[in-house]
Amino acid sequence: MIKNNGNGEYRVLGTRPVRHDGADKVTGKAVYTADVQLPGMLRGFILRSPIAHGRIKSIDTSAAKTTPGVHAVITSADMPDVGDKVADLGEGAVNLKYLSGNVLAQDKVLYKGHAVAAVAAVDIHVAEEAAKKIVVEYEELPSVTWVLDAMQDDAPLLHEDLHTDSMGAKSENPSNICTHMHFEKGDIEDGFAQCDIVVEREFKTASVHQGYIEPHASVGDWNEDGRLRIWTATQGSFTARQQTAEVLQIPISDVVVTPCEIGGGFGGKIAVYLEPIVGMLSKLSGRPVKISMTRADVFEATGPTPGSYMKVKLGATSEGKLVAGEAWLAYDAGGYPGGMIGPGCMCVFSCYDIEHAVVDGYDVCVNKPNTQAYRAPGATQVAFATEQLVDEIAKQIGMCPLSIRQLNAAKEGTVRVDGPKYPPVGLVECLDALEDSDHWKSTLEGPLRGRGIAAGFWFGCGLKSCATVTVNHDGTVNLLEGSTDIGGSRTSLAMQLAEVLGITSDDVNPMVGDTDSVGYTDVTGGSRVTFATGLAAYTAGRDLQTQMISRAAEEVWDCSPDEVTLESDGRFTHNDESKTFKELAAQLFKHGEPLVARAAVSPENPTNGFGVHVADVEVDPETGKVTVLRYTTIQDAGKAVHPSYVEGQLQGGTVQGIGWALNEEYFYHDNDTVANASFLDYRMPTMLDLPMIDTIIVEAANPDHPYGVRGVGETPIVPPPAALANAIYNATGTRMEQLPMSPPVLWKQLQTESTEA
Amino acid sequence: MKPFDYASPSTIQEATALLEQHGDNAKVLAGGTDIIVQLREGLRDAEIVIDVKKIPELTALDLCSENGLTLGASTPCCDVYETPDVAAAYPALADSAHIVGGWQIQSRASVGGNLCNSSPAADTIPSLIAHNATCLIEGPSGSREVAAQDFCTAPGRNVLEAGELLVTLKLPAVSDSESSAYERFIPRNEMDIAVAGAASWIKLGDEGNIAAARIALSAVAATPQFAQEASEFLVGKAPTEENFAQAGELAKSVASPIDDMRGTVEYRVNLVGVLVKRTLATALARIQKDG
Amino acid sequence: MANKRHVSTTINGEPKEFLCAPHESLLEVLRDNLGLTGSKEGCNNGNCGACTVILNGRPVDSCLVLGVEVEGAEVETVEGIADRNELHPVQECFLEGAALQCGICTPGFLVASKALLEKNPDACEHTIRYNLAGNLCRCTGYDKIVRAVQDAGARMAESN
Repeated sequence: MIKNNGNGEYRVLGTRPVRHDGADKVTGKAVYTADVQLPGMLRGFILRSPIAHGRIKSIDTSAAKTTPGVHAVITSADMPDVGDKVADLGEGAVNLKYLSGNVLAQDKVLYKGHAVAAVAAVDIHVAEEAAKKIVVEYEELPSVTWVLDAMQDDAPLLHEDLHTDSMGAKSENPSNICTHMHFEKGDIEDGFAQCDIVVEREFKTASVHQGYIEPHASVGDWNEDGRLRIWTATQGSFTARQQTAEVLQIPISDVVVTPCEIGGGFGGKIAVYLEPIVGMLSKLSGRPVKISMTRADVFEATGPTPGSYMKVKLGATSEGKLVAGEAWLAYDAGGYPGGMIGPGCMCVFSCYDIEHAVVDGYDVCVNKPNTQAYRAPGATQVAFATEQLVDEIAKQIGMCPLSIRQLNAAKEGTVRVDGPKYPPVGLVECLDALEDSDHWKSTLEGPLRGRGIAAGFWFGCGLKSCATVTVNHDGTVNLLEGSTDIGGSRTSLAMQLAEVLGITSDDVNPMVGDTDSVGYTDVTGGSRVTFATGLAAYTAGRDLQTQMISRAAEEVWDCSPDEVTLESDGRFTHNDESKTFKELAAQLFKHGEPLVARAAVSPENPTNGFGVHVADVEVDPETGKVTVLRYTTIQDAGKAVHPSYVEGQLQGGTVQGIGWALNEEYFYHDNDTVANASFLDYRMPTMLDLPMIDTIIVEAANPDHPYGVRGVGETPIVPPPAALANAIYNATGTRMEQLPMSPPVLWKQLQTESTEA
Repeated sequence: MKPFDYASPSTIQEATALLEQHGDNAKVLAGGTDIIVQLREGLRDAEIVIDVKKIPELTALDLCSENGLTLGASTPCCDVYETPDVAAAYPALADSAHIVGGWQIQSRASVGGNLCNSSPAADTIPSLIAHNATCLIEGPSGSREVAAQDFCTAPGRNVLEAGELLVTLKLPAVSDSESSAYERFIPRNEMDIAVAGAASWIKLGDEGNIAAARIALSAVAATPQFAQEASEFLVGKAPTEENFAQAGELAKSVASPIDDMRGTVEYRVNLVGVLVKRTLATALARIQKDG
Repeated sequence: MANKRHVSTTINGEPKEFLCAPHESLLEVLRDNLGLTGSKEGCNNGNCGACTVILNGRPVDSCLVLGVEVEGAEVETVEGIADRNELHPVQECFLEGAALQCGICTPGFLVASKALLEKNPDACEHTIRYNLAGNLCRCTGYDKIVRAVQDAGARMAESN
């Protein structure tokens, strides 16, 4: 039975201990993948396509192979044929032919930067110079990068064997449209007929990248015993293991993946890029091989989030009740099928109780790098659309933007367009917190200044996690878990274990295991770690306590187990004797076997994280530049285990959203190659571009977790572009329909509107 | 990166001899913040890199009330803005030096290097032009001087001949009745290449009108531009908002920008007017504050 | 083909010698030759600050310094910030203030922040943001980093 300790008063949860890996991270000792050094290690370099679309006619690697210092050169010809198999990777399925083709191009290159060959040599410079000697003959093909263009019948075709899957039915002709999804609820015609106000707009958003500061890196060592050892920057060592094994067509058990410390992922370090390559180079050279991507490679050849076209229509009564919603969404998938359109469809109206809705979504291949998840994938785009339409309706009927959201907020029992009914959720509480906040109550004065709000939602998943707990002779414990730690999660897991056992966070030594040492654990993503792996840590703690009750009964008190009571603070009592966890553990250590506990969990329900943001901006009409004056992020965390790190997730996601809103985008040359594959012109916010980001954590407990935890990591990136767009409208009267709302675009729109006025 | 050789001469003569010997295969290394990136990306080539930072003349920073500023070609930007007298006398140059990249770049990048890299968007060149700087060049056939506004000839190209080395920049002495400012427009607040930039220098006469003015622009033409018509317009005029705005309009005539991912033609031309107006106002405010 | 050069320098107060080819950057030398992997490569073109070290008293991007250039120079890296195994106030404040999540940008921030605070211990928020604009962070949104730097300045002033 799951019961909170002490009516919600916690000893450890809600405190702010220093993270366990802290000293290593501030002294430079923490080992990230590019820091790994192995004896005899070679360095690898990848040759990439210079064109956006083409057939590979021939590849001549002979000059590279004979260059002094080069130990191996590979192309897709050196990789096994994986066939047309679909593998389940936990957070989604993947077609292995596409995965393998993205790792090393087979018959076609589908985007500029697509990997074509790889060289392993004694140092990076020798590898790079040798790679330049590889001669690739391409037949260049016309290319397409705008999603609507790619949907046309006469668009250049990326995959000749790809047919549109429209809810099970396959199209007759091949197409760049991989999938068409359709969701509906209620009766849309009836719905709109009831509306007094209907607003409809078209929106466009550019491709943006997760922008993690650590480029992808992997080290592979094909060991003499036939096992492939991989060290890599990954959000999921088990999925990396599986993908690598599948691409190389070797048994999964022959691959062991060690997740090194990782410099950011945000969804972009789940698919493998380098692991199979370093594996194969190591096999052929007989030496360990390390490859680290260049920053340009990261932008051109990993997984940005989809660019999109969205047409969204929203209808309401004159009292502000939202009644009907319709969305037509086209998201680009990049070079291979399987983009983020699904979550986009599910999230477009997810914050509101709308009785009638229809959503059509299209996943479309274009000659851009293959899209991957980026923090709440697909949700930010649709929020940009819907949240502005909500504001527009509010404005037209003279209703406050907060009130209209409070009136229509999703709550327990609301049914989403894709079917699920919400359990208790915290959007209303977040809106109430916004209403109570200093920010909302403060006056914003001055010309060309405006305030905007927006709501956002992300599912937060469960999936599988394992944990093992061993006890030391002094009653401190070791927690072995499988969730790669991108942001300090090992400490929030240690804290949950400490809470249940009645010890301190420092009494727990958390460790992230490799794929040989800990049970299968799904990716660090989906806002799941503090929730699901936390549940595993908690459950392992309970397993430990159960064992200790039984052993205390036998070895200490000579009684039956049901005469031993486990108190809510972790003490074990029998009659009038009481022992703390540490006392009993030390005692049991002396007399009997060591204590080892374990848990494997797979919670099914999402954690449903809602948030609302408030932004104040000032617009410079002469330049179109937007300055963010003040920003507050409010989100339901269920229970904030370590408040500093929950605040950090809120602030970090918010700032990524601000960058997405104001300046980040992929620019393309006329030949569809990326023009800004560097941090110089891919403009992520610097600290000079931002104010402090204030946070308010709402705690509307999640009934599916012993401490009420909800996932928090992804929701913060969803509202910012919409909040800023609403603020810009409030400041200038202009409604922005494209992302980013960069200075030249805003300036031009203000110019055009003032000329027309 | 393709391998290259490295030399670090300690005199001008040694440096020019090496430059003459290697011709196009040699590249000068001052702060390295442009050239190392270019060599790494294959935009420029070198068989030998000649580090000039050991040559005393190239790291000079001398301010003299009569002769003005002698700035060594490889003196880092941070020295310019961290030396209070220099920053006060040549505020536009300090403005420029303080926004080239971030602090880490400014610790190494030099004004001379920025000039020799000859990017149309270089931040320090308009300030040099506005202050009527002179470039002292040494080469196999001796020394010569070139006005800063004549130094760049095309994107990435300048007047340096084979074997020649930029040694120092000289800026004229200043008085209390003059000041300057540089401002660029970038989408973020730091770390971007200028979409457009303007430097303005004005000197007031005894009666409070503008006695002299020099306005220069970056990122809106193939080379940094001296806006002669706009500058001459201001002479004899009162330093008012209207006149500054008018100067901004006139400055647009030397702008012939391109459309690229940093801005459209129309947007950049608009920015010229805005930035010229703003830098003139800042320069005036600085004179009034100090005077 | 260029030969390796012998370089004598001082790193974190200790004399060090190494061999490197002229085209190798200081960042490569630190990480690959000297085993000092604390400085990180984020972009290799001076736009992210993850490779920040102090060179002769000034913060620089070590990806844009050649290894041969540090002959006779003094280099300080993140590995030299702590005093044996006592953390420096800036390190303590980053940890206490949760001013890091993935930690990859942290070494660069620590080196730059320490340099800033030694020059300007009272640095206000704007000055901190201005001087550290060359250090990119993608995880934290910078808020806690700014606060940690302010706290570190106060703590350093107290102990002086």
